Amino acid sequence: MLAFLVQRISQAVLVMFVISVIAFAIQDGLGDPLQEMVGMSVSMEEREALREELGLNDSMVVQYLRFAGKAIQGDLGNSYFYGKPTLTVIAEHLPATLELVIGASLIIMLLSVPIGVYAAIRPQAWLAKFFMGVSTVGISIPVFLTAIVLIQIYSIGITVEWFPADTGWGQWLNGALSTDGGMPSYGRGDDLTHLFGTWNSGFFSELGLMHLVLPCVSLASIMLPLFIRLIRAEMMEVLQSDYIRYARAKGLSSARINFLHALKNTMLPVITVGGVQVGVMVAYTILTETVFQWPGVGLMFLEAITRSDIPLIVAYLMVVGLIFVITNTLVDLVYGLVNPTVKLTGKKA
Amino acid sequence: MTTATLSRWNRFRESFLWYSFKRDKVAIASFIVLLLMVFAAVFAPLFAPTNPYDLAQIDIMNSELPPVGMSGADPAFPLGTDAQGRDMLSTILYGTRVSLLIGFGAVVLQAALGILFGLLAGYMGGKVDSILMRIADVQLSFSTLMVAIIVGAVFKASFGNLMFGEIAIYMLIFIIGVAEWPQIARTVRASVLAEKKKEYVDAAKVMGFRTNRIMFRHILPNTLSPIFVIATVQIANAIISEAALSFLGLGMPETQPSLGSLIKSGFDYIQSGSWWITLIPGLVLVVLVLVINLLGDWLRDVMNPRLYKG
Repeated sequence: MLAFLVQRISQAVLVMFVISVIAFAIQDGLGDPLQEMVGMSVSMEEREALREELGLNDSMVVQYLRFAGKAIQGDLGNSYFYGKPTLTVIAEHLPATLELVIGASLIIMLLSVPIGVYAAIRPQAWLAKFFMGVSTVGISIPVFLTAIVLIQIYSIGITVEWFPADTGWGQWLNGALSTDGGMPSYGRGDDLTHLFGTWNSGFFSELGLMHLVLPCVSLASIMLPLFIRLIRAEMMEVLQSDYIRYARAKGLSSARINFLHALKNTMLPVITVGGVQVGVMVAYTILTETVFQWPGVGLMFLEAITRSDIPLIVAYLMVVGLIFVITNTLVDLVYGLVNPTVKLTGKKA
Repeated sequence: MTTATLSRWNRFRESFLWYSFKRDKVAIASFIVLLLMVFAAVFAPLFAPTNPYDLAQIDIMNSELPPVGMSGADPAFPLGTDAQGRDMLSTILYGTRVSLLIGFGAVVLQAALGILFGLLAGYMGGKVDSILMRIADVQLSFSTLMVAIIVGAVFKASFGNLMFGEIAIYMLIFIIGVAEWPQIARTVRASVLAEKKKEYVDAAKVMGFRTNRIMFRHILPNTLSPIFVIATVQIANAIISEAALSFLGLGMPETQPSLGSLIKSGFDYIQSGSWWITLIPGLVLVVLVLVINLLGDWLRDVMNPRLYKG
């Protein structure tokens, strides 16, 4: 176990090193810091002196070591736009994104397990086929489009006038297909509860929850089909295995077999895939936050790109990279713990 | 020559592929829809009522007209117009062309990279294998969309808006191709590992063929069917990635729109009630991606290759 731990952690450190080199290269390659600091009137000699003083004439290795040393101490420079340390800016925006991810994960977990298990146990039932069909369509709809459709239906509202209004059924159909809208589609609302530090939560007020609904549903909609398909496929494979057949032969109730014995082994691969999907989720938060103007790190990153706020871009890459590396390492470790058949020291098969 | 092609056609008609295609209604329907969309997109200049790239044909007075069937519609613009007064039908036809071009180009690039690295990793084994697959693992754990967004952001910041707009098509093909190569590389590697144990590879080695020849002439043809399946699905993924990048403003400019940038430009007007500018291109995008995905599912079931799981 110790060897496995050391191997995984050294791998994580190596990946973090590569990320920091990439981040450093971006910072170094984009723009000249002198141009940001001084105007046109400064002479070449003064520029050269300033260059020397700032250490811009040092070799790349020395400059990188300085960058990495500061980064380890939590100093990733100041944002041009906010005029504050970049990590502070990220800390202010991170809670909004985390709440979005938490909300979406809750929806995914509560829906994907029952639907996936049902579709595996009764693959021929029309309801299961319906769910699988919906999930195929769902995979083909980009997350920002789901978000836009949700805004149109629940925020702006639609008025249907296709059916003749002078007949009873026409009126009823028009009314049934129209929506009032009114759901908030912009930002997090004003009624946030302060938890700690920079975390103001929208989970504790009606207004905050209302603002969370549409973004969370959009974010969940893109991952849900994937998890339903995964759980169904894994569960069907488990149900074919010998120990399940043995349990049936023994006369155990099918509820006990399905939910106690089969589900346990189904969830193993789901943990790994779920952990890896955190990375995908971060990418989708950028899209979701753009549509809903959600003041999280994704929107902040996109605004930093349009403002060419390079220190903030670099800091975002480092923080997101760190989150990826930590979750992936944790998932590997947890998987090693719950599944003893994983070879702890050797390479993955 | 004619007899050769005829017999090939006959062989195709007797193949399992054609047999199962004939029996699968979903596959037939998807194929027809895809064929129609590709045809309409490729020959967009012939079908489109106006040329959206030609500023002389655009009249700002026609902006935000609704599609036919709603009050205030102009029959000259069957799907309405966007905020700049461009005919939606024409922009969608041209936009589908751009989206398909990028999707196809990106898959060709990632297939080239993926086949090369997958063959090397699978056949060479050892250090080459572990280094290449480690890179692939790390890149996949970051999610391809994330990698594409970051690379796109860096390119945009270093080239500037105008310059980026001009070379956006090539940039997007490059970004998506590079971001997605691990998917194909893993599939190729998995099949190469299975193939290289077979006797024909031993025979080729004994005959003294060079490694390159064995890899590309002997092993590669036997790994083509899983590549074919995954490439189909990857075209759909590439089209979605392109749309996402364009929606974030990291893709095609509005003057030369893809489906993604059409959705983006329409989204700014959705609050004013002009839903058709964003939702009609959105529907086209979904149908396009859906039929490709359905065909990919069908191909996977028929060819049943050893796809890399996860």
